[in-house]
Amino acid sequence: MAFAAFASTAAAPTDAPPRRRSRVALLLLLPGILYLVLFFLAPLVSLILTSLQAPSEFGDIGMYSYAFRWENYVEVIAQYWPHILRSFGYALIATVLALLFSYPLAYFIGVTARRWPLLQSLMLVLVIAPFFISFLLRTLAWKQLLSDESFLVTSLKAVSLLAPDAHLTGTAFSVIFGLTYNFIPFMTLPLYTTLERLDLRYLEAGNDLYASRFHTFRTVTIPLSMPGIVAGTLLTFIPAAGDYINASRDFLGGADTQMIGNVIEANFLVLLNYPAAASLSIILMTVILVVVGVYVKRSGTEELL
Amino acid sequence: MTRLSLGKWLLPLYAALALIFLMVPIVYTFIFSFNDSLKSNITWRGFTLDKWLNVCAVQNGAVCEAFGNSLIIGLAATLIATTLGTMIAIALVRYRFRFRAGTSLLLFLPMATPEVVLGAGLAAQFLSLGVPKDMFTIILAHTMFCISFVVVTVKARVAGLDPALEEAGRDLYGSPGQVFARITFPLLLPGILAAALLSFALSFDDFIITNFNSGAVTTFPKYIYISASRGIPAEANVIASAVFILALVIVVTAQVAAAARAKRRGRLG
Repeated sequence: MAFAAFASTAAAPTDAPPRRRSRVALLLLLPGILYLVLFFLAPLVSLILTSLQAPSEFGDIGMYSYAFRWENYVEVIAQYWPHILRSFGYALIATVLALLFSYPLAYFIGVTARRWPLLQSLMLVLVIAPFFISFLLRTLAWKQLLSDESFLVTSLKAVSLLAPDAHLTGTAFSVIFGLTYNFIPFMTLPLYTTLERLDLRYLEAGNDLYASRFHTFRTVTIPLSMPGIVAGTLLTFIPAAGDYINASRDFLGGADTQMIGNVIEANFLVLLNYPAAASLSIILMTVILVVVGVYVKRSGTEELL
Repeated sequence: MTRLSLGKWLLPLYAALALIFLMVPIVYTFIFSFNDSLKSNITWRGFTLDKWLNVCAVQNGAVCEAFGNSLIIGLAATLIATTLGTMIAIALVRYRFRFRAGTSLLLFLPMATPEVVLGAGLAAQFLSLGVPKDMFTIILAHTMFCISFVVVTVKARVAGLDPALEEAGRDLYGSPGQVFARITFPLLLPGILAAALLSFALSFDDFIITNFNSGAVTTFPKYIYISASRGIPAEANVIASAVFILALVIVVTAQVAAAARAKRRGRLG
């Protein structure tokens, strides 16, 4: 539901507001901006400083002193490059799957169901319904539904679609499945918002000009829904790349499905290796900002930011 | 127009199946809240209403304590974030000032930063300042990530507000305070309420940022995370199901109210 709001920023009017008492503006802005500086920007700076810390001379666990130890970055990349690659790989696959899953659904709600507003709002409520139940519990529900004793797995094995000794949980399949499922509403909502505003006369025009339905879809519908596609893919990709619940061993993951989030959590909260956790966080954030920047530029939807 | 849809029944059928798929884990969680389970709630052992009637009985009320913490944190973070965010939203739409682009960027970045980075960053800061992690640090963290969402939600409402209404108030000699209290605020209220609900939902279900900044305090999602390895009692399903039903009622009521308002306006116009 956050994301219906987020997607709607694309449509917010951007005309210059009237020039008025700027002291009032300052008073309105200051508390919130100060808050974000103190609790968002300052922590990022302290994350950068932490990422360069060196172990304390006394060799105590969890004790570090400020330094400029750039080797931290080299070391975490050398040690955790599979996790880093895996995170972005899983997130990318989950984003593509969520897009393929969501586009027809959003199209039906936003375009086909326009004549029935009640059906439209009912379906929207169902799309955001997963948000109302705990993220962790719904992931655990899938763990049970995909477990070796589950109806699904025993039937797949009975008809030999799955090898007798195969598992679904604890594999790359289940982690990507979980990521896809959990972030589908983030994809569907922005898609719905743009498709709902789609002017059907454009599609009729395509039809009148003897374009095939597929051709109209590819050259008219898809480009017109690009803002929704960009917003949806970002809202899915970013949290999916940093997620560590789906890949956690107690949830849908296994020993060799650990993602960068799992490694950051383990280093920070268990191993107390703060510099490693911090350098991994900075790497994650930098890659995401670069990906977002390039992607938004190439798809020509800068006004989304 | 119908010719434009991908086959007459293929698309509706797909949409119905897709929505059913989205409901699967919700229905599972709901059904297993009635399971006559022992320690862990994995296999079905028979129907009981017992877990719903004695939610707090299990583990000396650990589930309920976690739930209570989540409520307190959610309410506090919502109150602060909604206030700060609404002020920013009004300033962004109504006033022109320097550093506008910088302000927008500062509001966008927290939404584009993975939660694990936000969580680890704050935890690193609390660590270097020697701040002990407790309920207070969780509230600080939740407020931080809710502000941007409040701004985005309320901004849309401020942008749709007709400045002529406030001008009329000023023309009739209303003081700035009166104009705000009697005209601006009531007109913004639906947007502010939506933002508050959103903040609460985000805070209530947050696990990743909480995990880094909670110390020994347990919230409802954190309780589930910790219990996941040794089995989660059915009482957790009861609380999650009850919250689900409540949220559904609120959203449906809001939808019905909006539809009724639109209808009334249509009749008047």
